[in-house]
Amino acid sequence: MTESIKEFTSKFGLPRLIITGFFILICIISVFVGLPFDSMLSDIIRRFGMYGILVLAMVPAIQSGIGPNFALPLGILCGLLGGMISMELGFVDAMGFWSAIIISLPFAIITGWLYGLMLNKIKGSEMLVATYMGFSAVAFMCIMWILLPFKHPEMVWPIGRGLRVTVSLDSTYAQILNKFWAFEIGGVNIPTGLLLFFLGSCLVVWLFTRSKIGIAMKAAGDNPKFAVASGINVDRCRIIGTTLSTILGALGIIVYAQSFGFFQLYMAPQFMAFGAVAAILIGGASAKRAKISHVILGVFLFQGMLTVALPVANELIKEGSLSEVLRFIVQNGIILYALTQVGGGE
Amino acid sequence: MAETNNEQITKEDIKELNPSFNVKSFFQDNIVTILFVFICILGVQLSKLPLFFIANELLVRITRNSFLVLALIIPVLAGMGLNFSIVIGAMAAQISIIIVTHWGVTGVPGFLLCAFLSFPLAVLFGNLIGRLLNKTKGQEMITSMIASFFANGLYQLLFLFLVGKIIPVNNPILILSKGVGVRNTIDLSRNGGIKYALDNILKVPIFNVFMGVGIIIIIYGVCKLYLGNRYGFKRISRVKQISILILGLIVFITGYIFTFSEDLPNNLRMLTNLKLPVVTSLTVIVLCLFNFIIVKTKLGQDFRTVGQDKHIASVSGINVDRTRIIAVTISTVLAAWGQLIFLQNIGTLNTYGSHVQIATFAIAAILIGGASVSKATIGQALLGVVLFHTLFIVSPKAAKELFGDAQIGEFFRNFVAYGVIGVSLGLHAWKKTLKRTKK
Repeated sequence: MTESIKEFTSKFGLPRLIITGFFILICIISVFVGLPFDSMLSDIIRRFGMYGILVLAMVPAIQSGIGPNFALPLGILCGLLGGMISMELGFVDAMGFWSAIIISLPFAIITGWLYGLMLNKIKGSEMLVATYMGFSAVAFMCIMWILLPFKHPEMVWPIGRGLRVTVSLDSTYAQILNKFWAFEIGGVNIPTGLLLFFLGSCLVVWLFTRSKIGIAMKAAGDNPKFAVASGINVDRCRIIGTTLSTILGALGIIVYAQSFGFFQLYMAPQFMAFGAVAAILIGGASAKRAKISHVILGVFLFQGMLTVALPVANELIKEGSLSEVLRFIVQNGIILYALTQVGGGE
Repeated sequence: MAETNNEQITKEDIKELNPSFNVKSFFQDNIVTILFVFICILGVQLSKLPLFFIANELLVRITRNSFLVLALIIPVLAGMGLNFSIVIGAMAAQISIIIVTHWGVTGVPGFLLCAFLSFPLAVLFGNLIGRLLNKTKGQEMITSMIASFFANGLYQLLFLFLVGKIIPVNNPILILSKGVGVRNTIDLSRNGGIKYALDNILKVPIFNVFMGVGIIIIIYGVCKLYLGNRYGFKRISRVKQISILILGLIVFITGYIFTFSEDLPNNLRMLTNLKLPVVTSLTVIVLCLFNFIIVKTKLGQDFRTVGQDKHIASVSGINVDRTRIIAVTISTVLAAWGQLIFLQNIGTLNTYGSHVQIATFAIAAILIGGASVSKATIGQALLGVVLFHTLFIVSPKAAKELFGDAQIGEFFRNFVAYGVIGVSLGLHAWKKTLKRTKK
């Protein structure tokens, strides 16, 4: 009996078990505290779609062997830039949304490609360098947000220079995906467009991993030496993985922003990568292995937990932002746990 | 391996004998530092800040930050890279400051009590970090960074929710009016708290210090010249001996001129008002000596052996894991004390913010000074502090003069701090990969 329990925990992963248990626990507490269940479920579903693509961006990175992409801010910044330019050009509604994506694509491809070239030079230290590349890119773009010649009155400060800290999308494409084919069942709002877009992106990435390049990429990530022996260009595969991850980061932030209703500029993207990394790790991925199912499960558990924890924490302790602190501990704790699983052997 | 080591030593010897030897490799090795010297000079020029202001700020910041930066050296020696978890040491310091403020102990006794209290905390934390890092060999730096984030979460949990709720503290100065959670900022100067506890013990005009230091250097140089050669302590080249003497003389004369000369230009005369907090500086010097001496001990040699090759170290009977834990623990304790020195100078404790950035800034400073993941010296640490903080002082004003917006300067220094860490670590990793592929 104990054997089978042990096997189950090792297969399912201890942290995932704890998080799932915790999630169920706070769900039960929330019912007892008397929180409205339907609106909470709507929130969980909305945040599931909102964060999904940012977490999906981890899959090609991990599969190609560069590990969790802590430089996700690079992709996010490309997405923000695309969004800003599309808005400046005066595109609205669906046109605005799609043009933001299309404009951000070339930036993301170039950035991802260059970044991939760099990562090939520093094999073995990707995570740390990536983190600081992300941080410094965010700080650099802070300067750019002030200096770039944007003129649109809804984007720039009325007095002074530079873009606003948050740029509202109300007049352009806020919630455009969320409202697409949206319907309600028993008080639970289902943002069909958002979910379809997220699941569609998952499908595309899944199909990509089944393609010839995708399989080569996975082989390069699993065992670089073996891949070289079988004639795979490992460096090229890593670049493809990085580029794809960056593109998904750009796409992810635009989807995130349309659901949120704002583009957040300046220092906001700095720590976004950590939440995404934590989510996929909770889903069962490791720093070397990731699947689409990990993304879906991970986002659901992580965001679900945070969504429910917020009102529950507010009921239990009125002061302060307990759920924010909780998120910090869970998020970094899970990354720490994953790191201890990677290293050790030498 | 041994052969290459020998080669390096001979190269360094040659460099010492003849400073102009191989300019190109000198530039290549110190490119970051040289670049920053230029950026700093440019920034000083652009900012148009008065010399006195810059010198004064710089003096304050050097005495305030050096200790923290020097705390980074030992883990580098032990091959664990740059210790991002000095943040956790700083947390130990802040916990003890909050306790001491609650007890109402002030002044120098308060400061000493803080140092005393933070010691067991820092040892405990350092030990835990060491154990964690032993599980993640090869990824120490990212682990220590994430560990510091994680610890920050626990720290917030402790002071935002547990204090007042579970740990009963009744102190309106510390606790928020709701009765739960510690205030955002704690004024350390209230009722003569620990503000300037160390700095104000003794302050001496800087040029008097110059004269004193100059005399010491000269005596040291003379001793080396006569005694050193006779008893054959350590053979150093004549060029070096004479340059030590000249350096001492220059320092002394500068001090002398500034103290006694009557007809100095006004902006230079202002500089004579600069005062050095002697005790704080002495603490920093003691730490320098500590770092210097520990290398000579058995423990220090163990650090180096482990740092060079863990496998060889364990074969030759060194307990690698234990040595690594000791290295991180020492660093954490030093970081705690460094944070105490930092905060007694700042004078206000920002409960949830004072510690967050210190690792980034300390590491950026030591890297700017020319250190790398596998090599860091006291000189690099101090040079880095000077350069990094010069940049810190001048960049907002310089950006205001250049772009008409001071905020750009603040973003720029963030960019520099993050960028220099990213680039230096990247370059180091690149060199490592090149070495590996060459093998």
